Amino acid sequence: MMTYNTAIVLMGTAMLSALAGLVGCFAVLRRHALMGDALAHAALPGLCLAYLLLGERSLPAMLLGALLSGWLGVLCVQGLCAGTRIKQDAAVGIVLSVFFGAGIVLSQMIQQTPSGGKAGLDSFIFGKTAGMIALDVYLIAGIAFAALLLLLLGYKEFKLVTFDPDFARIQGWPAGALDLTLKALLGLTVVIGLPTVGVVMIAALLILPCVTMRFWTDQFRSLLIGSALFGSSMGLLGTWISSTVEKMPTGPCIILVGTLLFLASALVAPRRGWLARWRMANQARLHTSLAPPGGVP
Amino acid sequence: MNVHDAWTILIACACNLACGLLGCFLLLRRMSLIGDAISHAVLPGLAVAFLLSGQRHGWPIFAAAVAMSLITTMLIQWVHRGAKVPEDASIGIVFSALFALGVILITRIAAQVDLDPQCVLYGVLEVASLDTVPIGSWEVPRVMLTLAAALGITLLFILLLWKELKITSFDPALATALGIPAGLMQYLLMAMVGTVTVASFEAVGSILVIAMLIVPAAAAHLLTDRLPMMLILAGAVGVSTAVLGYAGAVWLNTSTAGMMAVVVGMQLALAVAFSPQQGIAAKWWRRRRLAQRIAEEDVLGWFYRQEEKTGAVERSMEEIAKEAALARADLGSILKRLKKAGHLEAMAPDRMSLSNQGRQAALSVIRAHRLWESFLGEHLHLPADHLHAPAERMEHYVGPKLQQAIAHQLANQQLDPQGKPIPGLPPPSAEPGP
Repeated sequence: MMTYNTAIVLMGTAMLSALAGLVGCFAVLRRHALMGDALAHAALPGLCLAYLLLGERSLPAMLLGALLSGWLGVLCVQGLCAGTRIKQDAAVGIVLSVFFGAGIVLSQMIQQTPSGGKAGLDSFIFGKTAGMIALDVYLIAGIAFAALLLLLLGYKEFKLVTFDPDFARIQGWPAGALDLTLKALLGLTVVIGLPTVGVVMIAALLILPCVTMRFWTDQFRSLLIGSALFGSSMGLLGTWISSTVEKMPTGPCIILVGTLLFLASALVAPRRGWLARWRMANQARLHTSLAPPGGVP
Repeated sequence: MNVHDAWTILIACACNLACGLLGCFLLLRRMSLIGDAISHAVLPGLAVAFLLSGQRHGWPIFAAAVAMSLITTMLIQWVHRGAKVPEDASIGIVFSALFALGVILITRIAAQVDLDPQCVLYGVLEVASLDTVPIGSWEVPRVMLTLAAALGITLLFILLLWKELKITSFDPALATALGIPAGLMQYLLMAMVGTVTVASFEAVGSILVIAMLIVPAAAAHLLTDRLPMMLILAGAVGVSTAVLGYAGAVWLNTSTAGMMAVVVGMQLALAVAFSPQQGIAAKWWRRRRLAQRIAEEDVLGWFYRQEEKTGAVERSMEEIAKEAALARADLGSILKRLKKAGHLEAMAPDRMSLSNQGRQAALSVIRAHRLWESFLGEHLHLPADHLHAPAERMEHYVGPKLQQAIAHQLANQQLDPQGKPIPGLPPPSAEPGP
């Protein structure tokens, strides 16, 4: 018999993973997969700063702080890439480690304040699904719904800016604004995912659905729908396993379930999967060995 | 400063040096994030080694770390090439999956061992110097010994394989053609990253390891174009980070590893702003100087053309702004600089004309302009009304040598396409040559 708490957590993680899968598609296709990772790490100082300024634990304020400092991190990555000879991969590494370092500095300062122990900052780093309450689920549902609406309304434009930003700009679409909107969505998703799966593993939640569904489809529309469905089933399955097996943290469990499904897809998917390509290569070899000597003119 | 402080700074120095040096090669190979991935992905290896050997230190941990770093590198390559996933996404998948596995393993065996995921993330540099082993009459922190050994191996690795590392970092294809196995070098480098990561873990945590692998190398890369200098600078950034970061952490009474990440980030920010070649300030200054030089040459060229038409010319600043279409905010400072350089002479107060020296400078600009027009007309067959605009841009970049070469190409032609004389080279001196 499922308890009320389990139902809440199941709903929350399923919706969160679906949202992450949907938003992650745009990030992965735009080669921004690790931007989500940088964002998650860069959110920590804002989270702590909001706590320090307010002096009490207020989830909305802390998430707002996290969002702002996460965006600042993304701006730093872009600035480093555009203004210096530092490449994007190094810029991502720089921002995530330096911002996270700043976050640790602040969080240790918080822990020395009298009420510091109650800040619950650890849950943001490793994720703590069990602490999810109905309010969190409403928040996730609200943001997921808003994101869905936004993506449906601007579907054509977002698709264009994802696949060919230069063409979008030439055609007169506000490519910069569309790009910022997608980054803002990414930021929102990462930040509301932080309390659940934690800083380190949020990136996988964004990446896994898209790259897994990519084995099964070449259509952008079905990639998006499939990623959302894959995300939610990975969330449901992972949460369910972690609730039935003892001492099985939820966040890592979701990620491992997703990874196993990814590996299975990489193996057996038609056309793109490893087995299919192996068979095709074999057939090609058979074909060439059966061809008449001298070949076809 | 007491013994505890000194040891802590020394431990941090050893870690930062080893990471900073290796990081240079990672950065040049665009593998910074693989370093990041390895420092997350060694976690399950540590858990397994811990479970099997029951020890938190010693060779099983290092063997596991090296094995995990090689496995991570191979998995990333396999997901990228074999499963055709973009490289950044494959890094993200592999390190998250391995980290998740590590967290689960540690959670499940946590009752038997005290391997704390948080300690892996932030390290416990503050207490690292308390766990000591006696060496002679000294009480040396155990972590110090581990890190000193890791630093020693790193230095040996770089010195012994210097040539191979250098060539595979810059041109793996050439290295392979020369018979240097670029793939093997990459795996060796990854094994070194794994070793140093694990040696540093307990002391400084994985976040500082990532910061010290990437940030000092990036700062050094902005400051120099030479690999030996880059390594030295990265090492210097690492050592200054250890000292300043520790001081800052004591001052604010907070995490030493976190403070060091912040300090090294600040040093990078300084390099981004003030690097002599690559810095924002230097680039801004060079662009400003170039704009000023172009404006100065435009003023001189305008004077020269006026003199050609009407003989001696003197103008006030307002007249120059109007007639030469040079109404710009800094015209006053440009004229002042030209006067100071002796290119313009003040006739009456506020009225200027070309000096002899200024005429020579203007002559070179005009010569470049007309030579370029002639060259375009002669060789590219542009119509006459399309010649001025490109020449107006190029006149500022054609130096004496190039002028000579163009004049030679044009068989020392005397007139430009508009029929104006191409002024000759300024005579080197008054006396006739031999």
